[in-house]
Amino acid sequence: MNHDHEKTGAFEYLTTRKDELVGWARKFSLFPYPFVTACCAMEFMSVSSTMYDTDRFGAALPRFSPRQSDLLMVVGTITHKQAPVLRRVYEQMCEPKWVMAFGVCATSGGFYQNYAALQGIDKIIPVDVYIPGCPPRPESVIDGIMQLQEKIAGSSHPIVNDRF
Amino acid sequence: MPDDLLERLRSRLADEGREATFAHGLLAVQIPREALLDTVKLLKDGFGFDLFLDVTAVDWPGRDPRFDVVYHLYSTRDHVRVRLKTAVSGTDPVVDTLVPLFGAAAYMERECHDMLGIRFRGNDDLRPILLYEGFEGHPLRKDYPKGREQPLVRYRE
Repeated sequence: MNHDHEKTGAFEYLTTRKDELVGWARKFSLFPYPFVTACCAMEFMSVSSTMYDTDRFGAALPRFSPRQSDLLMVVGTITHKQAPVLRRVYEQMCEPKWVMAFGVCATSGGFYQNYAALQGIDKIIPVDVYIPGCPPRPESVIDGIMQLQEKIAGSSHPIVNDRF
Repeated sequence: MPDDLLERLRSRLADEGREATFAHGLLAVQIPREALLDTVKLLKDGFGFDLFLDVTAVDWPGRDPRFDVVYHLYSTRDHVRVRLKTAVSGTDPVVDTLVPLFGAAAYMERECHDMLGIRFRGNDDLRPILLYEGFEGHPLRKDYPKGREQPLVRYRE
């Protein structure tokens, strides 16, 4: 059957850059892997549940396998003994992947400066967004997620190449 | 009732020449390290101190003997605690293990060996428990440098 196509005036196509399109899609489908080691976990629970609700940013569903996730949230103090584990989890994640340092301990070691604590996870893995606070307020975390989303939206995506 | 028990314990230890004082609500006993096993056996079998709470040590830099090894015992029958202290030198920080009396001592002695380098004669399993293989030194000793790191992963450039 061939109905006559009725022109309504609503837009039927839009123009965009391919990078922007992919970035827009990706920034709203963050699958976090929570690497939770310390007291910041309480704020992580708070920010991910009803009251603050990271689902509004498309970052709600934690994947407990690094292979299924693309945002590594390092929540809490990392010790030198744990560092090889964190490094391996990071290496197991598929590209594209981003890393969030949640709280001062993950950012810089926080108030720990001793034989045990790693002085910031950026000593061993690259970090995209740092969230200060001990622990950070949920608003700070949401701000961090939004900054990460801006970063994703604004960066070039390697699947967009001269063949696509 | 506990006061009565502690008084009996104190006079019993005084018979053997052990000094026992009340400090911070605990009966604190200073013993030479040769008497450790016998004293703990007496406390366990004679006075009902059946729970081994902790073993740790205190580093006194500049003092000789350098370390105090500190034990805490608890009686689940009378609900009282007792603290035992024995001094060991920095050059020979060895005490007898309490594993034959309290199985729980095995892990705590491993931790004490990790952190302060106290060795426990008779405990053959003093592998690192909180630290990792290859860690040099004992971090809770006062002469361990505060900023010394022993990372397992090579740092990024």
